Amino acid sequence: MNAREERGRRASLRGWGGVGAMAAGCALALASVLLLPLTQSAGDPDDGPPAGAGRVAAGSQARADACADPEKQTLAPSGADGPTIDAIKARQGAKRKLIVGVDQNSYRWGYRNPNTQGAELEGFDIDLAHRIAADILGDRDAVQFRAIPTNQRIPAIEDGRVDMVVRTMTIACDRLSDVAFSAPYFKTGQQVLAPKSSSITGYDDSLADRRICTATGSTAYTKLSEDKQNGRLPSSTDISVTVPNQLDCLVQLQLGAVDAVVTDGALAASQAAQDPTVELKGAAFTTEYYGVAMKKDADDLVRRVNRVLVDYRADGWQRSYDEWLSATLGKDAAPSRPPAPEYLRTS
Amino acid sequence: MGEVEVTHPPKSSAAPPGAGPAPGPPAMPAVPPRRTAFAEGLDRLRAAATTEPGRLRIIGAVLALLVLAFGAVTAWQTDDRASAADDVLNRSQPLSSDAADIYRSLADANTAASSGFLAGGQENATAGSRYENDIRTAAEKLVTAAANSEPDSPSAVAIAKLNRLLPEYKGLVERARTYNRQGYPVGGAYLRLANSRMQDRMLPAAEELYTSENERLKADYRDATPYPWAAMALGVIALGALAWAQQRTYRRTNRVLNHGLVAATGAAAIVLLWLVVGHSVARAGLNGSYDHGVRSLNALHDARIASLKARGNENLSLVARGADTVKVGGQTYDAYYYDFDRNIADLGRSLAEAKRLADDRAGGRPVAAAEDDMAVWKQRHASARTEDESGNYQQALDKVIGAEGATGECFDSVDAGLKTALAHERDQFEQSARDGRRAMSFLPVGAAVLAVLGAAGAMLGIGRRLSEYR
Repeated sequence: MNAREERGRRASLRGWGGVGAMAAGCALALASVLLLPLTQSAGDPDDGPPAGAGRVAAGSQARADACADPEKQTLAPSGADGPTIDAIKARQGAKRKLIVGVDQNSYRWGYRNPNTQGAELEGFDIDLAHRIAADILGDRDAVQFRAIPTNQRIPAIEDGRVDMVVRTMTIACDRLSDVAFSAPYFKTGQQVLAPKSSSITGYDDSLADRRICTATGSTAYTKLSEDKQNGRLPSSTDISVTVPNQLDCLVQLQLGAVDAVVTDGALAASQAAQDPTVELKGAAFTTEYYGVAMKKDADDLVRRVNRVLVDYRADGWQRSYDEWLSATLGKDAAPSRPPAPEYLRTS
Repeated sequence: MGEVEVTHPPKSSAAPPGAGPAPGPPAMPAVPPRRTAFAEGLDRLRAAATTEPGRLRIIGAVLALLVLAFGAVTAWQTDDRASAADDVLNRSQPLSSDAADIYRSLADANTAASSGFLAGGQENATAGSRYENDIRTAAEKLVTAAANSEPDSPSAVAIAKLNRLLPEYKGLVERARTYNRQGYPVGGAYLRLANSRMQDRMLPAAEELYTSENERLKADYRDATPYPWAAMALGVIALGALAWAQQRTYRRTNRVLNHGLVAATGAAAIVLLWLVVGHSVARAGLNGSYDHGVRSLNALHDARIASLKARGNENLSLVARGADTVKVGGQTYDAYYYDFDRNIADLGRSLAEAKRLADDRAGGRPVAAAEDDMAVWKQRHASARTEDESGNYQQALDKVIGAEGATGECFDSVDAGLKTALAHERDQFEQSARDGRRAMSFLPVGAAVLAVLGAAGAMLGIGRRLSEYR
């Protein structure tokens, strides 16, 4: 909507030139004179809240109404087997494994420590994947990890390349039409990461004229492009640099190709832990929940994972947090703990 | 004789006709139209042609000129070809090989770097030193290539690009290593970036360099091998003229041999024969060096590059762990495994081609061995891939970079076999090309000397006849 107004304003400015040329009397010129004060105030960010902002806010409110609290749109827990779980259990021999899409680049979430012998992935997400495998197949090691880039999480589920994705994946409204999510297992929010010496102070006007890196297909990118449209983010901010994995943003930052990174606070903290010269700037500016993503029609699996999560929150979650995340996110796990689950989805 | 004296006053015509004009040069004509020196010379020639000594002088001059021209054109044309042959042997072929080596070193360095990452923990010393050696080789060969490239040529552009990207690449790999040692996954991110720099920018530039150096090699071959038609035609004309002159002498004097003319004929005949035989031998040598050397070398270089790419993709499929996929005909494949299959097919084709071109046992044996190694590689790769696809990552890793029975062994043997075959074919190339060049090496000088002797012979021969008129 804002873009259309922008166009209208430009057209009207051209209309002004026409006014000068035609001198007087033209109906078009009259119309543009009448419209000018209105469009100008809408386009000028310094004139308080833009006229169009109310309508934009109303629009997103309407969208949010259609999907209030995406983290609650999940099925009630159940331990019963169904067609999806039967198919997984029917796998033979070496292939009798739960195939889980993970990240191998998220420090302390899902990564391969180059200094440990062997090639095991480790981290908070990996612990959860093992836990789910143990519950479904009775063996915590009966799991095959597939590393997938951020923008491949949904296609990988839809194509059946993985049974589920446990990969710091935010439960978001627009994703609910493609995949089914479990109840939330972690709480986080978008945050800005920049060099300590940078003048960037957080998610605000200090990002004007700066280049920001995000992962392709991430909620961070969606949020940035929305905010650029509605004026929360200065329009001079360059968000064109996108990379396959959020960690590639740290590389871009270190190489000086971007000035800041926007990603989930949990992952931004992991990045900061790998480079003492960068830090988180400002507080989280969104609230997001991580969930396990599965195929849209895999109801039995969703219910089963939700049951695993009930047990996990009671026993295991804190242990994993202490082992992997307390060093980067702080001793106090309360800000990260997911809310008590609600199961609003019925079918 | 017979000149019309237009400048003299009419009274001179009263002189008795028997007295004739006074001997000595005629007075310069003072009245226009003034005649050109050429026209006068032509008149003189025409006048000379009416007497036998005059004719003999003209014949002598023409013969000498023909023989000299023959010698000069022969020297010029063979010198051109000899220097082109020299370029093939000492310049363009080595440069084309260097370009292939640059490509090979870069691809190998990239593979070594990713193997090091896969191995995890303390990177083993061999992978490290292999990487360092590759980078050093590439840098050294780039310097040679730069010194031999013309400014603004496609080669120079590609070399400049590689010279700029190489330190950048090395920087990224160093950072990856440092972070790996600290246990941070951002090291892997640096390695991925380094790999994409290599795949998307450096290897295409190196391929460009290889292609343009190969073009130069082909151009040098094109300059070295065509028949010197102009020299040969002139040789035939000169010999024909000499034969005609001798037959004329025989008709007039009944003398069979004129020593000078015989010597001239001999010299011209030797030059012509030398030219034809020498050039044919050189051509055969050079064509042989192309057919048995360059084509084999190209097939082997292609095979080596294909095996390197296959190895790189095999490693990267384990580094990426299924992160990259391609969709072909509705089916989704792991991007690196998909590329590996194509690389191995390329390798098979290039090896078959190299085997077909190998014309002796010494050249064929290492290629056949490489083919066997490739077959084993394919088997082992299939079993490693099955492990990977069943989720047994560690087992798959052991089968790819492990100490024994891993695909790495097969790759190394294929590479070693190809290296031996390359050395053999390079020897063959050098031998043939050197033989070819040698066949022409003294021809320019020899043709020049013999032509001068021949021309002198023709002049002496005619001079001898001429002296009979004094």
